[in-house]
Amino acid sequence: MTLPAVSGETLARRLREAAPNSVVEWSEAAVWVEPGSLDSVASVLHDDAEIDFKFLNSISAIDFVEHFELVYHLTSISRRHTGVVRSRVYGREEPTAASVVGVWKGADFQEREIWDLMGVRFIGHPNMKRIMLWEGFDGHPLRKDFL
Amino acid sequence: MTIRTEPMTVNVGPQHPSTHGVFRVRITFDGEDIVEVEPVLGYLHRGSEKLAEERNYVQVVTLTDRLDYTSSMINNQAYCLAVEQLLGIEPPPRGKYLRTLAAELQRIASHLIAVGFFVQELGAFGTPLMYTFRSRERILDLFEMLCGARVTVSYMRPGGVFADTPADFWPALEQFLEDFEGELEEIENLLLSNEILMVRTRGVSPLPADVAINCSVSGPVLRASGVNWDWRKMAPYDAYDQVEFDIPVGQNGDNYDRFWVRMQEVRQSLRIVRQCVAQIEPGPVRQELPLVLRAAPGAEAYGRVEASKGELGFFLVSDGGVSPYRCKIRSPSLINLTITEHLLLGWKLADMIVSLGSVDINMGEVDR
Repeated sequence: MTLPAVSGETLARRLREAAPNSVVEWSEAAVWVEPGSLDSVASVLHDDAEIDFKFLNSISAIDFVEHFELVYHLTSISRRHTGVVRSRVYGREEPTAASVVGVWKGADFQEREIWDLMGVRFIGHPNMKRIMLWEGFDGHPLRKDFL
Repeated sequence: MTIRTEPMTVNVGPQHPSTHGVFRVRITFDGEDIVEVEPVLGYLHRGSEKLAEERNYVQVVTLTDRLDYTSSMINNQAYCLAVEQLLGIEPPPRGKYLRTLAAELQRIASHLIAVGFFVQELGAFGTPLMYTFRSRERILDLFEMLCGARVTVSYMRPGGVFADTPADFWPALEQFLEDFEGELEEIENLLLSNEILMVRTRGVSPLPADVAINCSVSGPVLRASGVNWDWRKMAPYDAYDQVEFDIPVGQNGDNYDRFWVRMQEVRQSLRIVRQCVAQIEPGPVRQELPLVLRAAPGAEAYGRVEASKGELGFFLVSDGGVSPYRCKIRSPSLINLTITEHLLLGWKLADMIVSLGSVDINMGEVDR
């Protein structure tokens, strides 16, 4: 048994009204958005009365080699439903995405961890430093080409 | 005449005895008041997520023991649920009940540690901690009967648990439940309305519900702030839909409420254990599966449980191989630390360690 999930299509429809040019595509399970518009996507989904994603469960980063994928698991505590927002980030030198810390403070350590271990920088994060490893560490260990 | 003062920065940890492992926090004090807080993490970072990519699905269970090593059973459970979701398998009923039972015993053990150390950090040196450890010890003995290990249990497997219970487990459990009733009452009488404890913790470091939600806080800390949210109720897994229990919710989100919620949860866990004992029936404990599991390429699963510290999630991505392509661990201890600054700023040196203790973190899980 799980909580009902808001479909990617519903999220995409709402986002296309409120945050134009942010949606890339959608499936039943998730909506994919532009990494540069994650902050505006976050504030739309957070403030929307129907969707009401006040709780950010987790941010995961996956290295698919040709791109990185960020996965945001979200929950609405008052409406009791969940949803998934995803974003593909291209480039391996210094890929960037917009930080959502301004909307969900709970993203703070998670975005730092993704920068530290996966090497995706978050623009707009107030303290974009490594968190598990030390400054000056060479490389990002969770990348598939590390070691 | 005015005395010249200046703020002083102190490193608390990573070897501080009250930081629950190797947690380090840089605190700037103005006299006794805390004016700046910066948590410094990573001293126990072992790269568990990377290690999981090199092991097959069953072997990863052993890594999960070493996350929050005070609640290894629940870590096993979260991971196994994620793998089961990935492969579309379901454990037999007896397996589900045994997992629920073990997880609730583990929750009791973990909360006993949290409460014992919390009171120790208030200055009640030794005695309350020994009260709680006395009972925890019995639970670890039960785990030893279940799987041969006390801390790094690796008891659960995708598809159920690794073996059925030995015959002497059930009488030992009955005896524990009987004895623990009295032991818990003793602990409650000693602590719940203890005047010193109340004066020191009530109203200290309150966490409003909206801040808790915005900071992604989960578990007893979230519920102490008055948010009725427990994944065991919201999305029941294993046998949680078969048992009755209440969710204790605090009011002010202060240090006392966080302590109080854990004490009440111990009672509820005890209720669940009793119901498991009454309802469990003979049968297989594990679904037969190949030794080396493979999921479909591109398959993904996010398995989560209400662990003793909060929402513990495993996000697994498969590329069709024998190991997870990616195994992201959503660690409640790490994310609960987001509120460190909110809890400490403006409070005094003497409350600092108590407030940190009230969050109940485990560094194995924070750093992974």
